[in-house]
Amino acid sequence: MSLDSSTEPILSVRDLRVSFSTRQGVVQAVDGLSFDVGAQEVLGIVGESGSGKSVAMYSMLGLVRDANVKIEGSVRFQGREILGLSDQAMQSVRGGEVAMIFQDPMTALTPVYTVGWQIVEQLRAHSDMTKRQAHERAIELLGEVGIPNPKSRVNQYPHEFSGGMRQRVVIAMALSCNPKLLIADEPTTALDVTTQAQILELMGRLQATHGSSIVIITHDMGVIAEIAHRVVVMYAGRPVEIGPEIDVVRSPRHPYTWGLLGAVPRADVKNRRLVTIPGNAVSPLDVPEGCAFAPRCQYRMEICVQRPPLRGYRDHLDACWLNDGQRVAIRSSLTHRGEA
Amino acid sequence: MFTISVLVFLIFFATPGVNPAARIAGRSATPAVLAQVSKQFGLNRPLPVRYGLMMFHLFIKQDLTSYVNIGDRIIPQITAAAPITLSLIFGAVVIWLVVGVLGGVLAAKNKGHFIDPLIMFFGIAAISIPVYWLGQVVLLVTQGHLHTSVFAWVPNGGFVPLTQNPWEWALHLLFPWITLASLYAGIYARVLRGELINNMNEDYIRTARAKGLSERRILYRHALRCSLITIVSLFGLDVGVLVGGAALLTEVVFGLQGVGWLTYQGLQNLDLPLIMGCVMYGAFFVVLASAVVDVLYAFIDPRIRVVTR
Repeated sequence: MSLDSSTEPILSVRDLRVSFSTRQGVVQAVDGLSFDVGAQEVLGIVGESGSGKSVAMYSMLGLVRDANVKIEGSVRFQGREILGLSDQAMQSVRGGEVAMIFQDPMTALTPVYTVGWQIVEQLRAHSDMTKRQAHERAIELLGEVGIPNPKSRVNQYPHEFSGGMRQRVVIAMALSCNPKLLIADEPTTALDVTTQAQILELMGRLQATHGSSIVIITHDMGVIAEIAHRVVVMYAGRPVEIGPEIDVVRSPRHPYTWGLLGAVPRADVKNRRLVTIPGNAVSPLDVPEGCAFAPRCQYRMEICVQRPPLRGYRDHLDACWLNDGQRVAIRSSLTHRGEA
Repeated sequence: MFTISVLVFLIFFATPGVNPAARIAGRSATPAVLAQVSKQFGLNRPLPVRYGLMMFHLFIKQDLTSYVNIGDRIIPQITAAAPITLSLIFGAVVIWLVVGVLGGVLAAKNKGHFIDPLIMFFGIAAISIPVYWLGQVVLLVTQGHLHTSVFAWVPNGGFVPLTQNPWEWALHLLFPWITLASLYAGIYARVLRGELINNMNEDYIRTARAKGLSERRILYRHALRCSLITIVSLFGLDVGVLVGGAALLTEVVFGLQGVGWLTYQGLQNLDLPLIMGCVMYGAFFVVLASAVVDVLYAFIDPRIRVVTR
């Protein structure tokens, strides 16, 4: 990671809170999320289903269209506040400077139009290209994302592509307007394992050539280790650990991150049992007052009924009441048992 | 169509208690007269032979004649009635498509606003009102007391061919059109609204939003375009059935002598050749319409297009 700390971040999120009022009460989907994304940086946001990671991204871009939603906090993109922008103003940001890739490529494209048509549509929404120019550019883009024979494929319909190829189309479309920031919502989750690796490799390569920053949402620590420079670990709508990828993966500090890492199979350790985190993710309707992870945490203490602050050394922060001595002791016992 | 013809034939000839000879000969016919009539109309021959003869006269010699108005040929009657039915349906189709699509889009667009339930209320009302009742009410209003004042411009019913005077044609058919269209407009508005709202929750709409397209473009170019697939399949079948004579009630109420009216006459008089002719004509349009729908379907939904690469 070669981040120049003097440059202003591309994206700066401060204390983002997203809540939905439902019949059962107020659901706090995102609760005080803050992070920065630097120029050309890849930030991974990791957490299990329902941890609020996708909702956080959607609400930033005004893609949560629920009348009962309440979004608070600050989201600055290239120094400009984009939270609360009008629909019209957001339209020029979305798809232009900020692009998005979604989880399921099978349903992400409109079935009745050719992929070329859909790329041309986006190009023409954000530039004054002619149809012919945009069509040529679409062919180039399809070639760039590794679709063989782009000249004829450009006139095919989404159903004529396989899942992996469709995700490439979605990526081509996202990159069409040279976005400064690419938000990828579980881009590999719906794909099979070999395709996953190809798509990640492609994203890494395109990130290097286009120089976009990427926020990648995933529940797979393997994806994080593969591509991310920095990581935010989320649980129940709250960030529980933030830090450089290498630090979070090699020396995780939060018990939840230990659990996440323990759940990834490793080829280098033989006969190791995968560790699961006991219990289920908390219902967003009744997140505990204190640490949200406490009910499932093996190391919970009395103090855990109070909400732990996000703190740490330099840029590696975590929200846990355990002190350093306790962590070292727990980690070494885990390593001893071959669990982490 | 063969199956339908056999079925219709059997329903009328093999049904006990229905004796065409008795109908033709009249109420006070003696057995001798009955036998005479049976022989004259070939009613004493075996069923398959009679079926074959009828089909032969209907399709090959095309000189099938009525049992009731002896000497009246069936086919000219149908060809004379068809333009009236087609005119009625054409106008109604235009009205119901415009009203139905507009209503559906407007309701879907204003979901959560009072406009949506309002449109849906009118939709369900239009669906629930029986055509014969609505037709009678329309007639009562336009041809009753108000005929001398507000609705003085409404013609006294009847039909003027399009080729003769297009303005009079439209004027004569205006209220039958509205009557016939109201039911379908209601159905289409409701179906389209549901489809649109479903489609607006699809992933590709989220993608379209993420692309920075305007809400308008998302609604019309993406959601509506995909919803049309359902509408087209519905539309083809409805039009086929209507052209085939299902506008019967409207035609009878407004005294339009279309195919539906003709069928109605045939049924009242148990005039089997006429019924058979009308049913065959109707079946033809239903089959034609579903063929057209299949072609259209491939045109608007690329997923079912045959890959010829």
